[in-house]
Amino acid sequence: MNKEWPLWEIFIRSRQGLDHKHVGSLHAADAQMAIENARDVYTRRMEGVSIWVVESKHIHASNPTEAGELYDPANDKAYRHPTFYDLPDEVKHM
Amino acid sequence: MEKNLEDIFQDKIDREIRIEPKDWMPEKYRQTLIRQISQHAHSEIVGMLPEGNWITRAPSLRRKSILLAKVQDEAGHGLYLYSAAETLGITRDEMYEQLHSGRAKYSSIFNYPTLSWADMGAIGWLVDGAAIMNQVPLCRASFGPYARAMVRVCKEESFHQRQGFEILLTLSRGNEAQKNMAQDALNRWWWPSIMMFGPTDDESPNTIQSMRWKIKRFTNDELRQKFVDICADQVKILGLTLPDKDLTWNETRGHYDFGPINWDEFWQVVSGNGPCNRDRLNARKKAWEDGAWVREAASAYAEKKKSEQKVA
Repeated sequence: MNKEWPLWEIFIRSRQGLDHKHVGSLHAADAQMAIENARDVYTRRMEGVSIWVVESKHIHASNPTEAGELYDPANDKAYRHPTFYDLPDEVKHM
Repeated sequence: MEKNLEDIFQDKIDREIRIEPKDWMPEKYRQTLIRQISQHAHSEIVGMLPEGNWITRAPSLRRKSILLAKVQDEAGHGLYLYSAAETLGITRDEMYEQLHSGRAKYSSIFNYPTLSWADMGAIGWLVDGAAIMNQVPLCRASFGPYARAMVRVCKEESFHQRQGFEILLTLSRGNEAQKNMAQDALNRWWWPSIMMFGPTDDESPNTIQSMRWKIKRFTNDELRQKFVDICADQVKILGLTLPDKDLTWNETRGHYDFGPINWDEFWQVVSGNGPCNRDRLNARKKAWEDGAWVREAASAYAEKKKSEQKVA
């Protein structure tokens, strides 16, 4: 059996002005083929105006089992949200 | 410790929190999903074959374009699903190997032949209709990549069913021969379609666990009944009949009753003895083997370009 083509993660910008969003993955021999295949697999109904492809092995991810420690610094900082502040009703549009 | 992880896992499931590939999961959950998602992917890929049979003989350019688009969608659906399965740690080649060696199953409906153009209508209306009935609840499956793939699939699938119904409607309003052709297709596809929901609940031992893990949301019999109810009404619009003399509205149940399913036939087809099992597998194996040089050439070209870049 031959070596598998590498796996690529596909990101699509659905409309000009929006950011690229992860839509899935596919196998391709190189970046050019990954873009062409992504066109056929993920934009058959005009879902995109721009495609990014990244070889999956280059994606580094946080570890879900460490999610607690990783995100807990934000837990006790409610003052980062505008609703934390009590202002008199006379103050409008702030 | 193990028990604890399992409790945490089940608690997440109960609270409708999706499981993602890197999260801890019981090995049996992983294996169940790999089996289900890869079978689903294989069904999409093998499912291209019965319809591919009619692309060159579609009765008009309009119908040909539609059928091509539908078959292309099925290739896409297979790819979404293979990718989802790969996040669980199985490789694409392993899945292909399981299909080609006959170890992995695919939906037994695709082991029936497509004898007339009306079969394209019956497949769209009934086979895709049954598939949608199964797939819509899977959009809420507990495993994130599977659910996301299914959302995409379901969005695309609904034109498949509508185009099939339109084919049958056109034939049913045509001449006598066309109407007969449509009826003949229904006669052949109806029973295999309602078998697509799988064995009855009391013969389906994995259902309870799959529902606890929220992979499945409804039992086989629940979905089958829903499908029968919808089709029994829609067939009236076609002015055709479903080949079941026991099909009658049951006022007390609020559902249509239907006749006994020939489970012998179902198990025969599942175990490899349907009309087209061998043809379908041979076609897939041939495509894989004939494509080997293309895969190798593309890899060689990619390698060559990479080494050229290093030199430059």
